[in-house]
Amino acid sequence: MLQTSAQKAEGSRPAVSVKRRGSFGKYLRNEYDLYLMLVPMLLFYLLFAYKPMTGLLIAFKDYSPFKGIWDSKWVGFQYFTEFFTGPYAWRVIRNTLTISLSTLVFGFPAPILLAVLLNELRARKFQKAVQTISYIPHFISTVVVCSMLTSFLSPTSGVVNAILQFFGREPVYFLSKPEMFVPIYLLMNIWKNTGYGSIVYIAALTSISEDLYEAARVDGAGRWKQFLHITLPGLLPTIVVMLLVQLGGILNVGYEAIILLYNPGVYETADVINSYVYRSGIVEGRYDYATAVGLFNSVVALVLVLIANKVSNRLTETGLW
Amino acid sequence: MLKRTKGEAVFNVFNIILLSLVIVVTLYPLYYTFIASISEGSQVIRGNVVLWPVDMNLKAYAKIQTIDHFWHSYGNTLFYTFFGTLASLSIMSMGAYAISRKRLKGRRLVGMIVSFTMWFQAGMIPFYLNMDSLGLMNSRVGIIFGFACSAFYIIIMRTYFEGLPVELEESAKLDGLSNFRIFLQIMLPLAKPMLATITLYCAIDRWNGYFWAMILLKDINKIPLQVLLKKLIVENKMLASIDMGGAFDFTRETLVYAIVVIAILPMIAVYPFVQRFFVKGMTVGAVKG
Repeated sequence: MLQTSAQKAEGSRPAVSVKRRGSFGKYLRNEYDLYLMLVPMLLFYLLFAYKPMTGLLIAFKDYSPFKGIWDSKWVGFQYFTEFFTGPYAWRVIRNTLTISLSTLVFGFPAPILLAVLLNELRARKFQKAVQTISYIPHFISTVVVCSMLTSFLSPTSGVVNAILQFFGREPVYFLSKPEMFVPIYLLMNIWKNTGYGSIVYIAALTSISEDLYEAARVDGAGRWKQFLHITLPGLLPTIVVMLLVQLGGILNVGYEAIILLYNPGVYETADVINSYVYRSGIVEGRYDYATAVGLFNSVVALVLVLIANKVSNRLTETGLW
Repeated sequence: MLKRTKGEAVFNVFNIILLSLVIVVTLYPLYYTFIASISEGSQVIRGNVVLWPVDMNLKAYAKIQTIDHFWHSYGNTLFYTFFGTLASLSIMSMGAYAISRKRLKGRRLVGMIVSFTMWFQAGMIPFYLNMDSLGLMNSRVGIIFGFACSAFYIIIMRTYFEGLPVELEESAKLDGLSNFRIFLQIMLPLAKPMLATITLYCAIDRWNGYFWAMILLKDINKIPLQVLLKKLIVENKMLASIDMGGAFDFTRETLVYAIVVIAILPMIAVYPFVQRFFVKGMTVGAVKG
């Protein structure tokens, strides 16, 4: 993901040059097996990445499974108009932005904070233990995490409501309350990803030279001063790059978790662009319309990623790839 | 020695408390799931299970045996994880090695074909229709090969192969070894640390993946554990249909927890041994250069 500009330059270096035209046959004879090794991978990309792109045409067609992609009738931008003038465009775009921006505000600083706190820790064994344990949730599947969450929050048997009732409160059906969806989703993501997300920052922190701290101590700087003038500046490039990665992916909300947690009662706050594509396409079978909505999403996402990369290149001389 | 101010001492204590809290918050949901799974259902419902199991029993685990297809889907998951990872590794490592050789004509083009997919993809519906048109709906082959490559992993692999010493390859060439033999016998063994990391990532992806398996596999005999879990717990369909033998059996509540325990057990069991590879992998991608 992170690639220095030096590496990019390397890519443009010419391959070992073939001196005479006649030796091309010899080159092939020597290297044909290298090309054979490429075949499975190229086949994969052809069949599963580029061939599906022809299916994007149905965003502009009245798709009929019997006629196929090519022979279906053109309808121009009909589905885009339908989406933007329909009742759901505003809702799904708003929810997508709300969820990603609040993930940015609350979820983004969490791993940085964890990494900094771990870095300030003097007890190595304890530090290692916190690290190891905090990575665990990342490797537990979305389905399992959502299952646990659903059980914990159950109004009849969940532990959360049992605690509420212990304090004399009425049980709350959390997952049916539209105003609760985003906080629940955020907490789940923070639980799942904070530890793992801190790895990048810990790596950046360990690469800060010990000499800098030594020099600062000689100058009489305390822990707080050292943090402010050495640790924080050392982390900044990583923070900027990670922030841009997140901004670039702002439209790609983790819909896999959302479609496990939401229900029609909370669509108002939970339905994002991708879950809407899933529902209208796969569930309701409106392939052409859903493809159009998905295409709108991909194109805007692509533009955002390109902008993020450009900004990243300018700010840190480190591209996102 | 270092002199510590009062503020720093306070901070140290505060820091240790805060990070201990992180451990508790991370582990408690998992711990709760475990103790609830071995407690009596009626106690769980009343909220009496908080710190340790109450009226310990294994009824929920016994009940799992009565769920249709549970162990079958477990077997399916092992199948998809093993063969999916194998397919991913073979296809990606061969391809990544080929484009890591500077003399390969067209390597930049192939590299672009691969990395373009990081920026733009056909999307959910076209991919779905494409699987249909390839006849890979409801097919194990489709699950194994349809998700075999990831641009990100290929780039990590390519960079790693590029970093291996060229001299080894040159001397092997002089010995008359073919490119494929050099790859298999010299380069792959050298790339073991990287391969271990990518293997783990692929295996985790496979073990945890549910979305496409849910959409593509209609036949209940083919679905992996995650899809069955989704049907069982999230849709809450099958649980209601499992015969609980008596209206006052609360095992249904603890059954969910038992299923979760069984589902994450392999992960938790191997985690201590493999976690260093995860961390390595995360940094392999970041500090190449």
